[in-house]
Amino acid sequence: MALMDKHAIIERNATLLLIGSLLVVTIGGIVEIAPLFYLQNTIEKVEGMRPYTPLELAGRNIYVREGCYVCHSQMIRPFRDEVERYGHYSLAAESMYDHPFQWGSKRTGPDLARVGERYSNEWHAQHLADPQSVVPESIMPSYAFLKSTPLQINDLSAHLTANAGVGVPYSQEMIDAAVEDAKTQSTPDADTTAFDARYPKAKSGDFDGDPQALTEMDALVAYLQMLGTLVDFKTYDETGGDR
Amino acid sequence: MRHATSIVGLGVFSFLAILAAAFAHDNAFANHMWVLAIVLVISVIVLLRRENFQRVAPVDPSAYMDGPVRYGVIATMFWAVVGLLVGVVVALQLTYPALNIEPWFNFGRMRPLHTSGVIFAFCGNALICTSLYVVQRTSRARLFGGDLAWFVFWGYQLFIVMAATGYLLGISESREYAEPEWYVDIWLTIVWVAYLVVFLGTIVKRKEPHIYVANWFYLAFIVTVAMLHLVNNLSMPVSFLGSKSYSAFSGVQDALTQWWYGHNAVGFFLTAGFLGMMYYFVPKQANRPVYSYRLSIIHFWALIFLYIWAGPHHLHFTALPDWAQTLGMVFSIMLWMPSWGGMINGLMTLSGAWDKLRTDPIIRMMVAAIAFYGMSTFEGPMMSIKTVNSLSHYTDWTIGHVHSGALGWNGLIAFAALYYMVPKLWARERLYSMRMVSWHLWLATLGIVVYAAVMWVSGIQQGLMWREHDEQGFLVYSFVESVAALHPYYLIRSLGGALFLSGALLMAFNITMTILGYQRDEAPIGGALPAPQPAE
Repeated sequence: MALMDKHAIIERNATLLLIGSLLVVTIGGIVEIAPLFYLQNTIEKVEGMRPYTPLELAGRNIYVREGCYVCHSQMIRPFRDEVERYGHYSLAAESMYDHPFQWGSKRTGPDLARVGERYSNEWHAQHLADPQSVVPESIMPSYAFLKSTPLQINDLSAHLTANAGVGVPYSQEMIDAAVEDAKTQSTPDADTTAFDARYPKAKSGDFDGDPQALTEMDALVAYLQMLGTLVDFKTYDETGGDR
Repeated sequence: MRHATSIVGLGVFSFLAILAAAFAHDNAFANHMWVLAIVLVISVIVLLRRENFQRVAPVDPSAYMDGPVRYGVIATMFWAVVGLLVGVVVALQLTYPALNIEPWFNFGRMRPLHTSGVIFAFCGNALICTSLYVVQRTSRARLFGGDLAWFVFWGYQLFIVMAATGYLLGISESREYAEPEWYVDIWLTIVWVAYLVVFLGTIVKRKEPHIYVANWFYLAFIVTVAMLHLVNNLSMPVSFLGSKSYSAFSGVQDALTQWWYGHNAVGFFLTAGFLGMMYYFVPKQANRPVYSYRLSIIHFWALIFLYIWAGPHHLHFTALPDWAQTLGMVFSIMLWMPSWGGMINGLMTLSGAWDKLRTDPIIRMMVAAIAFYGMSTFEGPMMSIKTVNSLSHYTDWTIGHVHSGALGWNGLIAFAALYYMVPKLWARERLYSMRMVSWHLWLATLGIVVYAAVMWVSGIQQGLMWREHDEQGFLVYSFVESVAALHPYYLIRSLGGALFLSGALLMAFNITMTILGYQRDEAPIGGALPAPQPAE
């Protein structure tokens, strides 16, 4: 075959081989990934999405740090059993502020996309500290150390700034108030007027069972309790979400 | 003063690491920089102790540079044992949760240690050392760049140490198989560019007119991994003295970028590079030419073109747009063909030499590796079909699939390559023991079969339990009932992993004894050839 004989040209020229391979391997990625950034219907139009509060963001970082994603997905597929077990199937809009995404790839434990408000704060704190005490068959490790580790909050403004840098709509006001907001959210009976205006529907109070201390447990539970609770499905138009 | 530059460089970087630790923005970063400083200071001390001031004999520019390859062989062997050992530990943690030791040794931090340990430490070292071995011999040229190859070797080990200690300290980007944080990513980029320079430079100064097929695969692997690594790790650090960064992309775009990377870590790191290994070591060990030159051309270009598209099959039925899912599925199924093209080319290379299966356990190991490659590249496209995926996704079936590929294909072909190279690199007449190679093969194969079969049963049972409804239309099982049901499978899986690990330990012993110069007194395998019988 004549075409095959032409291959000898590439085989004798390292530069051609290098450039040829590079061109061939770029195509698939460009065709599949690039349109996601400009096709309007990739992300559904929903109401209720807001950026994470500073405390929730700190909790999310603990979730990432501990590798929770290796056992828990945050992506409910549109199947009858999953919708019955976990709630409405996940929308792309629900992770639009997630840097990085936490959809996961394995369910050694249950999906957590809508775990928010399903259990009490006390249950979460107890379950994280000693999972088998509330779910005897569980194979989850213990995370009791979160309860005794103070949460580092002095750099929360920098974390919000970094998120704003990659496109999360944190305003300057939110960035400036980050540390204050984290304290407000974790203090029972604090004045939350300004905080609520910045982060509508955010839940505040004591999360880890110890109102005196702001711990990593507070942050993680605050994050878990808001998962999947933001989008208002009463106003969601399913036909408009066609992707 | 052979090591003068290295000593000064490492000394400066040790100092910088200590400074970074002192001014660190967060605790994790401070601890990580202390780890770095300790590693660098130890390197300085080792180099100082090995320094001598005699004149160094000039290197023979026509001789192959096998120092980094020899170190690479030992590193491959070492990391194989470490990666597999951590694998057995995490398997046992899933069986007996009491084995988790919080916070550093919880499953969530240990699992990336296992996956990166096997993929990057074991397979990565296997790829680097075999590619540097192969490129010199097929180009008839010494490695390009002088001591740059040493930089690649030690730089890569430093990357492994920083990645591994980072996971245990809780420093993770949570991108599967790309968990290291931004500063470790930057370091890997530097090392990888040096690797490309060494490899490509050696090809450029080759004395053979043609670039051998194994080098096409190695080159495509190096270039593509560079591209994937750069794009997938784009992120915004919180502080230049802090460990945390935020991914440049979010949600659905982030997910597809990650799985574009993740699937091609499989496609290029664990497939294209390892096919390069197959294309050199199988013909050498069988002493036969590659079966088909044309097939190798077609399957090379088809494989590297198609693999890149397959990423979305990790995101079936998620919030990724349907068009992307379907595209990913279609290309994944098409990928079956070039994959089996490679398998056929590898297996058929043995035509005319099949009798060696009886007497040569290394050939046997290579054939088993290629067979596992064929099996897992059939299973993969099958699992990428959306209907199948709706059951298999999120379950242990995926874990079983990955292990039949990683243990069966990557593990066995890399072990076979080590067995081939060691006697040549250390100028030994033969391995310490061929019978141990045979034992290794059987332990490993049995381990993989146990592992994969158990995970099929476990995964399918898990998937079916999740979706079972009773006559009234209610879900039959709570989630935790499915967890409890898998306990026996997880125990058997650990056993499968332990079998595979025991084979690797046997290899480590065998290779160490070979390097030390011993030969085991043993009967040859296969016995004497049967006496020819006259036809009746």
